[in-house]
Amino acid sequence: MADSSTPQVQRQTLSQRLFLFLGSMDLAITLLLTLAIASIIGTVLQQNQPYTDYVIKFGPFWFELFESAGLYDVYSSLWFLAILTLLVISTSVCVIRHTPSMLRDMWNLRTHVQEKSLQALKHNERWTVASQAEQTANALQVEFAKQGFRVKQTIKPEGILVSAMRGGMNRMGYILTHSAIVVICLGGLLDSNLPLKWAEWRGTIKIETRDIAVSEIPEASKLPVGRQAFRGSINIPEGRSSSIAFVAMRDGYLVQSLPFRIEVKDFRIEHYATGQPKSFETDLVIHDTDLAEPLATTISVNHPLIYKGYAIYQASFSDGGSKLEIEAWPFAAAQATLVETKVFENTQFHWGKQQFQLEMTAFRPFNINPDPTEEDPARLRNFGPTMGFKLRSETGEALEYLNYMLPVQREGRDFFLSGVRSSPADEFGYLYIPVDSQGEITGFNQFLMRVRDKALVAEIAQQMMAETLAAINSDEQNLQQSLQSTLVKLIAMFEQGGFASVTEFIETSLPEVERASLGPAYLAMLREMLARIYFSDLSDNEMVADEQLLFLQDAVDAMGSLPRYGSPVYLMLTDYEQVEASGLQVAHAPGKPVVYLGCAFLITGVFLLFYLPQRRFWALAKTQQQGSTVILAGMSNRNSRDFEPFFEQISNRLKQLDGNSH
Amino acid sequence: MTTKIGTLNLIEDRPLIQWLWRGAMALAALALLVIYADVFDVYEISIVIFTAVTMALLGQNWAGFRHHSITVTILSLLAIQRYGADLSLADSDFLLSYILASQSAFMWMSALFVLATVTYFIGLILRSDFTQQVGTGLTWSAATMGMVGLMVRWKESYLIGVDVGHIPVSNLYEVFILFAVMTSIIYLFYERRYQVRSLGGFVLLVISAAVVFQLWYAFERNAHEIQPLVPALQSYWMKIHVPANFVGYGTFAMAAMIGVAYLLVSWRQQVKADSRLVQSMPSLAIMDELMYKAIALGFAFFTVATILGALWAAEAWGGYWSWDPKETWALIVWLNYAAWLHMRMTKGWGGRPMAWWAVIGLFVTLFAFLGVNMFLSGLHSYGTL
Repeated sequence: MADSSTPQVQRQTLSQRLFLFLGSMDLAITLLLTLAIASIIGTVLQQNQPYTDYVIKFGPFWFELFESAGLYDVYSSLWFLAILTLLVISTSVCVIRHTPSMLRDMWNLRTHVQEKSLQALKHNERWTVASQAEQTANALQVEFAKQGFRVKQTIKPEGILVSAMRGGMNRMGYILTHSAIVVICLGGLLDSNLPLKWAEWRGTIKIETRDIAVSEIPEASKLPVGRQAFRGSINIPEGRSSSIAFVAMRDGYLVQSLPFRIEVKDFRIEHYATGQPKSFETDLVIHDTDLAEPLATTISVNHPLIYKGYAIYQASFSDGGSKLEIEAWPFAAAQATLVETKVFENTQFHWGKQQFQLEMTAFRPFNINPDPTEEDPARLRNFGPTMGFKLRSETGEALEYLNYMLPVQREGRDFFLSGVRSSPADEFGYLYIPVDSQGEITGFNQFLMRVRDKALVAEIAQQMMAETLAAINSDEQNLQQSLQSTLVKLIAMFEQGGFASVTEFIETSLPEVERASLGPAYLAMLREMLARIYFSDLSDNEMVADEQLLFLQDAVDAMGSLPRYGSPVYLMLTDYEQVEASGLQVAHAPGKPVVYLGCAFLITGVFLLFYLPQRRFWALAKTQQQGSTVILAGMSNRNSRDFEPFFEQISNRLKQLDGNSH
Repeated sequence: MTTKIGTLNLIEDRPLIQWLWRGAMALAALALLVIYADVFDVYEISIVIFTAVTMALLGQNWAGFRHHSITVTILSLLAIQRYGADLSLADSDFLLSYILASQSAFMWMSALFVLATVTYFIGLILRSDFTQQVGTGLTWSAATMGMVGLMVRWKESYLIGVDVGHIPVSNLYEVFILFAVMTSIIYLFYERRYQVRSLGGFVLLVISAAVVFQLWYAFERNAHEIQPLVPALQSYWMKIHVPANFVGYGTFAMAAMIGVAYLLVSWRQQVKADSRLVQSMPSLAIMDELMYKAIALGFAFFTVATILGALWAAEAWGGYWSWDPKETWALIVWLNYAAWLHMRMTKGWGGRPMAWWAVIGLFVTLFAFLGVNMFLSGLHSYGTL
């Protein structure tokens, strides 16, 4: 994009002016910087996320505004492509404008120079030698050639001119770097999804946004095998195969057919001794009628399979429908129901009058999570298998759960751990159910059953009331009634709404003046009641162990969070058989060789441009009465400071050609 | 020998020394290829040969580089010999625990870089050639200790486990050291070639900043621990992509610091034409040229590095270009310096605006290098803070 001074043209046509504008340096620099600034947007705003995430993040107003500006896929939005196109046009115009003169400059030894113009150059020198002009010129020519110059002699009226040049390829650097930009962009265009957008705009294809079986996807969303570029992905469970890939487009996808079938035999993760993943590998078999026998191979990260120009990458992994055995423990029940299901399978089940749909969403055989200790704040530990699932009620609302198979230790005690959240945007809130002395959930359930046992609660309330009144020596009928009903009510409130409801009751129903004194008393009474209920099956003189007190405390905490847990059952994973799915990326990029060619141009060009200066010398040999005079001049188009010693070195060599120089 | 600041130093070493050096490099490469014949693949063989050729060219007329390379070799071999097969010697062996174990070597490097920065500035203030020469010596020793640390760390990773072993350019901590070493060696090259010792303090300022950050990172986040490679990084591409990138980052940082010196001198010149600073610094023209040279070198290597990254991405991520934040920021850096070079080479801009632009360029580069890892998420998140 050299800005050579164009001769002043009196009248330019519009197209000439446009041509000059497009090829101008100012436009080029403006475009480079505009492109740089525009590129920032897509790095700040995460691209190609599910559209629902954007709605949550920005709210409906900004979501739509950003969507219409194409900000969720900036780099294929029209305005971004327009800047890129303009840059390509501008660069092309520059190349077209300057290539002819560059090529000429590359070869031309510039024989049309005169003594005067040589003397006007910054680097010039003059000396005399004993030999004749012809001999001198010949000797100069030989020496220049020895130094790697291209040389030419021309007879001039004033003498013999030897023109020499080295590094003419510097000019090639200009042509290569600038055409590289055009070539790379064109190659990139071949691999872009522009043809798909065009087809979508014309209505020949339609983006599918529903989550449906492949067989139900309409033809308009399917892409036949062809030469077009695409980058698709597909999850294939072990033992299964597929001959399609899903190409993500905005908030949906298209189905790309492949000219072969990929079968996944096995997916493996290997780990380092520290537990971090070391390799992800898939054993694949390619089935293709063109193959004499199926092609079996193993791919891993950094080692894709290239078959028929399609590249198959190890991109991710997921569950491929692991078989799970689950015990469903309804809270406050003595018996569990056995459920057998698979990941990604839905099961209906009833509990009482409620009907639920159990949707298994994930299974992981290990979970390496941070487990910091005092000595090692960065400690990691394997927390064992987890299963993720959703429980959907009849109204369609669903809560998402994450249950750990093995009890988790906290402060030296074991807990069944289950996380719950209502939206993927939230963090999980965790329920810690204490494990009883038999290692089961039964202890907690039995306690809960007693808390829900109205008759038992009433009996214990009465006992407690009697003891309390005896302690304060009162037998007032009214007080008896109200105290007993309060105790029963407190338990009922706690059981239904946790500590939150009790606190709310205190704040709304007690007069303000009594709140400060009665509030803590109510909570103390509640705890006393719960303890009495818990210990109600003990005989009077039995000693209570510390573990039991801790269990009581943990169970009360768990019970308090139960209302927020939202599920009437606890699902306990008892056994599993893992089936993995390998996440493959399948790509077809016909533009790749073009882009690589452009890259080769760019690298070659940049080094030629910066590190191969074009250096020209002229030596004019003039016949004198005795011998001849040499006028030497030189110039370099780059690095003039480096040229100075070079010029000296060359001129010294030339001067030594004839011993008689003085 | 007193030389005028800024004159080109084109002194060539005696042919005997040149040939000895080239021969040594050839022998070293050959030895490596023979010793590791069983484990090297074709890419690793090419990398060894390429490295030997580069070092032969750099060292044939550059005594400092030769001494540096030889010292690094001797000290690294010594450390490896002391280690044997027992990593725990890092704490018990005197030589290892105080000097040669990678962590100790990095501490020496850090201290020496900071010391060199201070020395250069003292030399500048006192206008003492000798002090500035001491600065150069300290910079060389810092670069040597840094390089020794990297070499020894490479070996240490293999002592942890054969499958853990890898070249130490895989995370933010390691590349910070690479950055400090690379930048200092590139600076020393220009310092010798253009005889511009008075720029040392300025350039080392950015290296010292990197060193301080790296120390904080090590102490605060335990970042110095050697971690095994995630699958995506297990590739020979890492060995060339990362160093090529750091030639780019290093030269861009150097250009920016020369820009700072330029702005300072040109401001002093306006205030007081014959001020001490103006007299002891290289002329504006030389700094302007150095800035251009550095950016041109950085641009060339950054282009190569980005293209290498694209080739790697085509093997690891399923496409040569994914508009991943790191890729995109590399493009932004590239576009920025492309515009800078066009401005300078064809529009003939120079002086203060270009110096300012070079300084701003450092912030763009810094964001691509650090900011992306800190603030943005993407495929390239190996070096999160």
